Amino acid sequence: MSIIIDNETKLVVSGLTGREGSFHGLRNKAYGTQLVAGVTPGKGGQDVEGTPIFNSIAESVEQAGANTSMIFVPAKFAADSINEAIDSGVDTVIAITEGIPVMDMLSTYWKAREKGVRLIGPNCPGVLSPGKANVGIIPAQFFDQGRIGVVSKSGTLTYQIGNELKQAGEGNSTIVGIGGDPIIGSDFIDILTLFDSDPETDLIVMVGEIGGDAEERAADFIAAEISKPVVAYIAGFTAPPGKQMGHAGAIISGSSGTAKAKQEALEAKGVRVGESPTEAAQIAVETLRSL
Amino acid sequence: MDLLEYQGKELFARHGLPVPKGVHASTADAAVDASETLGYPVAVKAQVLIGGRGKAGGIKIAKDSTEAHEYAGDIIGMDIIGPHGEGPFKVHELWVEAGSEIESEFYASVILDRSAKKLMVMLSRMGGMDVEAIAASDPEALVKQHVDPLAGLGKEEAREIVDWAQIPDAVAWQVADVLVQLVEVAQAEDATLIEVNPLIVNADGEVILLDAKVTIDGNSLFRHPELEELPESADQDAQEKMAKERGLTYVSLDGNIGILGNGAGLCMSTLDVVAQAGGRPANFLDAGGGSKAEAIIDALEVITSNPEVTAILFNIFGGITRCDEVARGIIEATNKIGLELPLVVRLDGTNSEEGLALLAEAGLDNLHHEATMLGAAKKVVELAGN
Repeated sequence: MSIIIDNETKLVVSGLTGREGSFHGLRNKAYGTQLVAGVTPGKGGQDVEGTPIFNSIAESVEQAGANTSMIFVPAKFAADSINEAIDSGVDTVIAITEGIPVMDMLSTYWKAREKGVRLIGPNCPGVLSPGKANVGIIPAQFFDQGRIGVVSKSGTLTYQIGNELKQAGEGNSTIVGIGGDPIIGSDFIDILTLFDSDPETDLIVMVGEIGGDAEERAADFIAAEISKPVVAYIAGFTAPPGKQMGHAGAIISGSSGTAKAKQEALEAKGVRVGESPTEAAQIAVETLRSL
Repeated sequence: MDLLEYQGKELFARHGLPVPKGVHASTADAAVDASETLGYPVAVKAQVLIGGRGKAGGIKIAKDSTEAHEYAGDIIGMDIIGPHGEGPFKVHELWVEAGSEIESEFYASVILDRSAKKLMVMLSRMGGMDVEAIAASDPEALVKQHVDPLAGLGKEEAREIVDWAQIPDAVAWQVADVLVQLVEVAQAEDATLIEVNPLIVNADGEVILLDAKVTIDGNSLFRHPELEELPESADQDAQEKMAKERGLTYVSLDGNIGILGNGAGLCMSTLDVVAQAGGRPANFLDAGGGSKAEAIIDALEVITSNPEVTAILFNIFGGITRCDEVARGIIEATNKIGLELPLVVRLDGTNSEEGLALLAEAGLDNLHHEATMLGAAKKVVELAGN
């Protein structure tokens, strides 16, 4: 099983003819992902190392059977591309692009919900189901196949934790980077729900950071709805209020959105929170082995 | 990107919202000239990016030129501390504004509600006090209403909010118009926060926006060139300014351990583990994905320009970033800037073996390699001293 992407994923990459898009799209293909198409308006009929290019995502759905779209286009045009993907007939849209204006994402978010299309990101590293498919920029070599699901707002922090799990001899069902923007298509709650019903996932690691209240809402949701054990890590205890810490969404506003508040909310609902990425990985391994 | 009050008011004025006439000034003499043009009384207002200016003595009403000169002189150079202990914010600029006779004060705001994924309008008849204080003293007096992301806020709907907040009938439609326009401004200008406190009714029964707190989404500046060109606050931290010019994501903190990580999450986490190990981080610096040697040199120059820094920690987990590139950057930068401060390096991930081999070959005396993030944090705390 795994979640969101697997052997059945047929990927179309918007921006495949660009430098970043081709580098990562072809890397995903080399991993074993079924890369069926690229999209660049006006370049339909060309190909990138054997992968056909179409003028629109809808054409790639009709002619190449694409069911998952990856968006790798510059921030100025990315919301339009995501909207195009939502209308194209694919089930899943994974938006890697960083820097999309949040006002654009407000309408795009609701459009995706209305059409029932799963949107991951933007400003995320993508999704990796080890041994099956990789869509995005996650370096697959740091993860093994296994029974731990990971959902995270941060890319490199996920690599850190995944690698510690690997060194401890454990692996992952799927790693989902949900993104560090204030408005993202899928939140912790959405991904926790998918992992909870995935037979290949036994435990979930949730990696949060300062800003917003997605972690607090996830804490309530875990207590009410999630049957599998969840281990968490939160970054940003030393972040000062009012400063954006790299990610557009990582900002403490007044007294809300602090790491401490998130940790307390999770612990109050019985979720163990690691003090460091290393400790979170250790708790996850211990918990998994005691199941 | 936070706008100063006067910048926010200029934005409101461009959209036809009623704001008092005002003039920007940065000296006491200029403030007097501005006051003479506007006519007395005038409000002399400190322009700093923090609330609670009135209580801190940063807003004074001057009745004549003597007072205008005196108050302006007092306020310029003043250090203002925020209501939650933020700052100090040194005052470099003033906004001199025609005085308004205040009959009543309301509170109005439009914010991006991240949880609901919608804009939210807030309105209260209890203006002039902190919104958190309104919510604490009388939660019913603070009306909140989400805006339909596709339809926007209609005039009738705005009027319902106004009635719900028990705004007097005489000004109800004026306030409703202001709410409709504030939502339009938020959408048109990519503002994630607009707070007007107070929104006043003057002696002539006119509704006026007497304050402006506006935050613009930094990701939207490509379509707002006029906002991008606004003058930087003179108070900006030297390292933050330098980092911005070099396109680095940097936040100044008040410790002595310089930090460089790749990726926002890992970098935040690095600050946390250094603090847990008993150290005090001097900064957050995300060298970003795919960090090249030049970016590392730029980053080290910014970090070492802070005289407080006594040791530096590099925490790199290479995904897209290649550790050999980072190592080359460290070696080049060390030689270029004659770096003598202790440097603790943790390199893991893509090409880490090549990177570590390069560092070993370079034989830098000040460089300490640690295999783990926690080990590196402990080591840099030990080397940094207090």
